[in-house]
Amino acid sequence: MAAPLLEVQHLRVEFPTRRGTLLALDDVSFSIAPGEILGVVGESGAGKSLTGAAIIGLLEPPGRVAGGQILLDGQRIDNLPAEAMRKIRGKRIGAIFQDPLTSLNPLYTIGRQLIETIQVHLGLDAAAARARAVQLLQSTGIPAAGQRIDQYPHQFSGGMRQRVVIALALAAQPQLIVADEPTTALDVSIQAQIIALLKSLTKEQGAAVMLVTHDMGVIAETCDRVAVLYAGRVVEIGPVAAVIHSPAHPYTVGLMGSIPAMDQEREQLMQIDGAMPRLNAIPPGCAFHPRCPQAMDRCRSDRPDLLPAGATQAACWLHDSKVAA
Amino acid sequence: MTAGRAPGRPQAGAHPFGGSPGVPAGQGANPLVEVNDLAKTFDVSAPWLNRVIERQPRRFVHAVDGVSFAIPRGTTLALVGESGCGKSTVARLLVGLYAPTRGTVAFDGIDTAATLASPGARALRKRMQMIFQDPYASLNPRWTVRDIVGEPLREHGLAMTEPALEAKVAALLAQVGMAAADMEKFPHQFSGGQRQRISIARALATEPEFLVCDEPTSALDVSVQAQVLNIMKNLQRQRGLTYLFISHNLAVVRHVADSVGVMYLGRLVELSPRRTLFAAPRHPYTRMLLDAIPDIAMTGRQRTPVQGEVPNPLNPPSGCAFHPRCPHANARCSSERPELVEFQGVRIACHAVTEGRI
Repeated sequence: MAAPLLEVQHLRVEFPTRRGTLLALDDVSFSIAPGEILGVVGESGAGKSLTGAAIIGLLEPPGRVAGGQILLDGQRIDNLPAEAMRKIRGKRIGAIFQDPLTSLNPLYTIGRQLIETIQVHLGLDAAAARARAVQLLQSTGIPAAGQRIDQYPHQFSGGMRQRVVIALALAAQPQLIVADEPTTALDVSIQAQIIALLKSLTKEQGAAVMLVTHDMGVIAETCDRVAVLYAGRVVEIGPVAAVIHSPAHPYTVGLMGSIPAMDQEREQLMQIDGAMPRLNAIPPGCAFHPRCPQAMDRCRSDRPDLLPAGATQAACWLHDSKVAA
Repeated sequence: MTAGRAPGRPQAGAHPFGGSPGVPAGQGANPLVEVNDLAKTFDVSAPWLNRVIERQPRRFVHAVDGVSFAIPRGTTLALVGESGCGKSTVARLLVGLYAPTRGTVAFDGIDTAATLASPGARALRKRMQMIFQDPYASLNPRWTVRDIVGEPLREHGLAMTEPALEAKVAALLAQVGMAAADMEKFPHQFSGGQRQRISIARALATEPEFLVCDEPTSALDVSVQAQVLNIMKNLQRQRGLTYLFISHNLAVVRHVADSVGVMYLGRLVELSPRRTLFAAPRHPYTRMLLDAIPDIAMTGRQRTPVQGEVPNPLNPPSGCAFHPRCPHANARCSSERPELVEFQGVRIACHAVTEGRI
């Protein structure tokens, strides 16, 4: 594999509150190679969106990176001053968010928003920037782009707005795209169109993608590798086929089993009892142990690191070779 | 609209009207819920002065337009479709939150719209309840769980004393897998899945026969969704509940439903037993919906994303509303609206299928 484009190493994100500091991300590490699509899955509150926000430097205060580092193309970006980070954001890292209506300014035409982005990052003159904007809209499949460029966001449907947002994210040909639930607000038929679009455009540009979603179906179709987050920690990471078909971590097993499948009929869905712990009550040892059917004494006291487990890596003592041997 | 109306269909009438196909014989004879030519139109006109000055006509949205189906006792009918297809409006019409513009809903032989306007409303309301999508919005944040689950008990005189109420609320909470101690807590102290279980406990309080569930798990994470779906299935088995299950998620529908109705722009386009629908979808829109589901099994199946989007309901296409997106559309499809007819064991509204073109 080529040298990674994005490296996240031992990332910790904290939220200081009056009642103590909450650890929202705890020792999260992964990397993305150029042209690779990494999926990040997890349930609400697992920290998947926070990981994205930390990478693009848009953590909501009082949240802050408390440890570890984020490297883009070998250069540290987590400690850059706000102004320097602004230059990277948009130019080298593009972002796509869940709700396309709130990602666009309702008072500006989409053309103005696109042209502004292009001019700031690529330094083109107004006419060239406009031509590039029209071409971008065309490439995202917006019909009659030449006319629609002068319309306002409210004149577009949800699917079309998301195409505009994708065009905005790709405007400066970034090396990395952070897409946070880009299809969650869309209907299934539109979702399929957007996924196909995202896949083909990023492939054309050779951009790396971090795709945050809770939808395993989207992950299965789109990603090369997938990281599963639980309570702010990576519990399993590996090639997407391995994680889906032979998950190694008991949480991933439960997560996969709880998805109603289209190809088989089951009377009961597998369920993981209980709920993910709140950030102020993360249990010691493995954060999943109170819900884990295979928990051992060791899980209650020692936190497992990512260990090789078949084709994937899982943070679970079941895969500790010293014990198994 | 009704079975057997279209001429020249040899299979027409194979199922008597009202009998949902694919349901064990005998049950279909007396469905619990029968919906006939149900329609709801919303007036979305501009204010009067604007209409006069700007010479605008009145405008109407036909949110639901001539929908007919029946739900046999103890079974689940799922309605699926994309945003704006009218599935939630059907749910609200069934429990009487909207009054129908046209058509009837018969619950156990009783006309609901007429009954809900009469003194008999209370007895009828007790027999059907609704579960809403968003468990954050459907529970009063200032009430404890005891108040929320106990309100229908008080309202319908099912628990006269405080200890009796408490015992009943505890029993209801136990049914959805929650502890009696949770009674004193407020909704914000619970997670989304737990809140949805409180909603189910509240809906079960009056011992209804019929539950209308409008996207009950759409706001939940998958592992929590599995918990709620399992509870709902168990309750159905234990109590013989009848469900109308509204969802946009076909995988969930496949898991819970006995028969499935597919809606597009206010009309049913296909109504089939679940197995038939998933094994052999007939309507091009149903095929498209099934094809659009991300392939989690990673079989390498190539998906063909359908072009286009759901049209504006204010200005629906002529003829079959799906024809602008349909690969099989011809001149007849763009001029003549297909009715839902019995065809080879399913009900379908599609010229291409009934003409044998696909």
